[in-house]
Amino acid sequence: MEDLVPDAETQPFWDGVAAGELRLQRCGECDRAVFYPRALCPHCFGDRLDWFTSPGKGTVYAYTVARRAFSPSAGTPPYTVALIDLDEGVRMLSRIVGDSPVRIGDRVELEITRLGGEDSPALPCFRVRESV
Amino acid sequence: MSRRRRAAIVGVAESEVGRTPHLTVLSQQAAATRAALSEAGLGPGDVDALFVAGNWSWAPALTLAEYLGLSPDYLDSTNIGGSSFEAHLGHATAAIEAGLIDVALITYGSTQRSNRSRASARPPATLTEQFDRPFGLPQPVGAYALAANRYFHQYGATGEQLAEVAVSARQWAAHNPHAYHRDPITVDDVLGSPMISDPLHVLDCCLVTDGGGALVVAAEDRWPDVRTRPVVVLGHGETTTHHSIARMPDLTVTGAARSGPAAMKMAGVTHADFDLLEIYDSFTITVLLTLESLGFCEPGGAGELVALGRTGPGGDLPMNTNGGGLSYTHPGMYGIFLLIEATRQLRHDFAAGSVRQVDDARLALVHGTGGVLSSTSTVVLGRG
Ligand SMILES: [Zn+2]
Repeated sequence: MEDLVPDAETQPFWDGVAAGELRLQRCGECDRAVFYPRALCPHCFGDRLDWFTSPGKGTVYAYTVARRAFSPSAGTPPYTVALIDLDEGVRMLSRIVGDSPVRIGDRVELEITRLGGEDSPALPCFRVRESV
Repeated sequence: MSRRRRAAIVGVAESEVGRTPHLTVLSQQAAATRAALSEAGLGPGDVDALFVAGNWSWAPALTLAEYLGLSPDYLDSTNIGGSSFEAHLGHATAAIEAGLIDVALITYGSTQRSNRSRASARPPATLTEQFDRPFGLPQPVGAYALAANRYFHQYGATGEQLAEVAVSARQWAAHNPHAYHRDPITVDDVLGSPMISDPLHVLDCCLVTDGGGALVVAAEDRWPDVRTRPVVVLGHGETTTHHSIARMPDLTVTGAARSGPAAMKMAGVTHADFDLLEIYDSFTITVLLTLESLGFCEPGGAGELVALGRTGPGGDLPMNTNGGGLSYTHPGMYGIFLLIEATRQLRHDFAAGSVRQVDDARLALVHGTGGVLSSTSTVVLGRG
């Protein structure tokens, strides 16, 4: 079953990932970052949302080690799924790649990876850069 | 201003629960509906409102009404996950108080366990799920695991404290002949069961069963017609904080922080007034977060609340007295079973002096949770 289903609204985000970039939106009314992409700012209801490229740095807010397979594109467990608070102030669900143990508070950096092998989609994942 | 016309639960029933390959989502609801109406001494002709949730039809209220031969004047198929039925009861109560309806039927049916052994296909990811699904978080357990892990980090809580919730549920299940698992378990059993998504083990997770249930809710002027002792709806509240766990503002605070106080304020009661709690236990962590968000203790204090058998049989805070979703049954959306159990406790349906019956139960708090800690709905019920 397909897990990645880009639509008219989200295609620019996935195009960015394919090009090696993490593209987020920023609201022209309240200046806050918005993720996931949408037509209306969830903070102020402004509708002037502009794309920008994030440096992809953030902090681990929570994580879990999944022991059972769930998604065909996600590779073989065990693996670490985490909530990342990006420095722009938005939170993403993602994957921690690499072998370093993960802790809440660790600093992480974007690493775009094909989790399920060459035929699987490129996904915005993260690698631990600084442990707490 | 004159007092509003009150609403009460006057009939409850579950269908066969567990593994029921011979039943369908519709036949389960038919059986539960017939039994609930019959208990109340009412018939299908009395029902003028239908409340149903489920993802088995694009319009479950239409499908079920046709199947049951009902033509209700009021329809509600609000779907907010497992807390839908507490919300339905709140909506039915509001409609009764407003004089719009007299007798509401609330139902649920599921064949999720049997479906699994027949064919298992996940629905395709849609819309906002494209930002979560590709990363392989096992759902829903992984979302709750993220919350548990964050909760441990913030408060120094432990797996032992989570395990106490499962142990307490199993102690109650031993006194429920319909419970799926009735053998006693210990904290060590929970911690020794296979890890599914750290820090949640198999025994931290609810069951996967088939099952169905029904409630009949009647306006005050109909109470003299019914055979049962009415269980009065005193207050209700509901809210949502997010859909995906990635958008939950604070993984340790649920919508219970809003729906709970709303329900208690409407009922004019406070925490110390409750004789029993029926708290949605999709996972052990769900219970700890809910108790804190409802205000039964300080943030980080729920571990202490469930320790030492306080919520088990004979404890001072009886909770999930049928064995809960962890040990009794959990057909996907568990909320209706919380209401059925609270109703029976408040009617004193179980033998006086038995372990199952909470002594002189007069006031119950029932709290549903739906999605991945996404929706909450709280009701306060009183012995009529
Ligand atoms: Zn804005």
